[in-house]
Amino acid sequence: MTTKPYYSKKTIEHFTHPENFGEMKNADGIGKVGNPRCGDLMKLYIKVEKKGRKEIIKDVRFHTLGCAAAIATSDMVCDLVKGKSVKEALKINYKDVVKGLGHLPEIKIHCSFLAQQGLRAAIEDYEKRKKK
Amino acid sequence: MINKKHIVYLDYAATTPVDPRVLKTMLPFFSEKFGNTMSLYGLGQEAKAALEESRETISDLIKAKPEEIIFTSSATESNNLALKGVALANKNKGGHIIISQIEHPCVMESAKWLEKQGFQVSRIPVDKYGLVGPEDIKKAIRKDTILVSIIHASNEIGTIQPIKEIGKICRKEGVYFHTDAAQSFGKIPIDVNKMNIDLLTASSHKICGPKGAALLFIREGTRIAPLLHGGGQEMGLRSSTINVPAIVGFAKAVKICQKEMAKETQRLIKLRDKLIKGILGKIEDSYLNGHPEKRLPNNANFWFKFVEGESIVIQLDLSGISASTGSACSSAKLEPSHVLSAIGLKHQEAHGSLRLTLGRWIKEKDIDYVLKVLPEAIKRLRKISGVYEKL
Repeated sequence: MTTKPYYSKKTIEHFTHPENFGEMKNADGIGKVGNPRCGDLMKLYIKVEKKGRKEIIKDVRFHTLGCAAAIATSDMVCDLVKGKSVKEALKINYKDVVKGLGHLPEIKIHCSFLAQQGLRAAIEDYEKRKKK
Repeated sequence: MINKKHIVYLDYAATTPVDPRVLKTMLPFFSEKFGNTMSLYGLGQEAKAALEESRETISDLIKAKPEEIIFTSSATESNNLALKGVALANKNKGGHIIISQIEHPCVMESAKWLEKQGFQVSRIPVDKYGLVGPEDIKKAIRKDTILVSIIHASNEIGTIQPIKEIGKICRKEGVYFHTDAAQSFGKIPIDVNKMNIDLLTASSHKICGPKGAALLFIREGTRIAPLLHGGGQEMGLRSSTINVPAIVGFAKAVKICQKEMAKETQRLIKLRDKLIKGILGKIEDSYLNGHPEKRLPNNANFWFKFVEGESIVIQLDLSGISASTGSACSSAKLEPSHVLSAIGLKHQEAHGSLRLTLGRWIKEKDIDYVLKVLPEAIKRLRKISGVYEKL
């Protein structure tokens, strides 16, 4: 049996050097989510640009109050989303986030749910604002 | 690990490295003096003699008689034996047990198991420092109370309980009194007679001895039933082949503590207080958990606003510092520490907790290093959390 380290190298990298954290001014959509069990909080901001008929997520940022896995999954989901269309972004789920990080400890899988929820909440907020 | 550069081990409450002097004492008992203490020939009797000598050394530290010490494999086992053993042997007297809300999980879970068997358990709350009020114990004692079990010093927040007063009340009421001294044994003086203790748990690996050895002090005349049945070792209370190397190591660890305790306590208190003062002074919105004075010489426990504890632990690890947290994020159940909840910390406050526990190989330069690294770590994580900047 091989044993993996608790956190993958990639997870540690995204935890120590998250490139997507920080506030976004004039965001087009903001998702605010919390994990009621562990108490982690996440805020995800998106900037959307229209290219013809496509709506492209031009920029994405986050703020996360949580464990190393919560920070790494937040940063990862931002990486995955950047440059994608809103439609494509909705297809991204927690499994893609875990895959992007290599692996996550079983007990930390719920952190990747939070990242997925944060993204969907931001897109929902964007769609809502669009209708106004 | 300890001797490697840049590793500052600050989790002595979790476990400790074996002292080289202890290891040296243990080594002959693996392949040379390997006998079974139950065997009648020389090798066996040699092991038996080592066992009894260890019992004597260890009993002396807490002023007990050697025959009042039972060796077990862990503090968890000792606590299980104390609670279940006393409960089962005194069923005819009553079915009520008193513990505090801040016991170690092995006491909490043993009590829960006993409840399932029909016993009743009262869990006494603590004040904001984690102190149990002796008066509250007195009030909780009923006619059918058979045992009071209160942790001597908290493994999480380090608060030292008024054990002597609690023991006095139990003695007067004719109720057995057990204390889990896994964190205090070898670190602060314990006298089972002066402190009115009937049963006491202590462990080897918390005092620079090996893992796999622990003890339960059982005052002469105490009614208790064994959990392990078999060959009748340890006065019939704990059947199992005796782990002689570990017990010999445990005894050596005790000897070292006995000799060095007074000086070591002063040294640790000085370092601990420098750490506490430094952190509270350097980090905004940081708070000390536990009692400012009535605390273990080696324990410092904090909570920080707007940061999560597990991320602090991981961040510190990357700088070579080993620490622990009571945050829900680091627990298997995703629940905050029951001890931090019991002292009144809200979920989000326990979320930002950090425990640093010192020990024999911690030097002042290690504390200076933590005081340099930790404020930067908190600053970075607060930036990521975003919450802090807006306040």
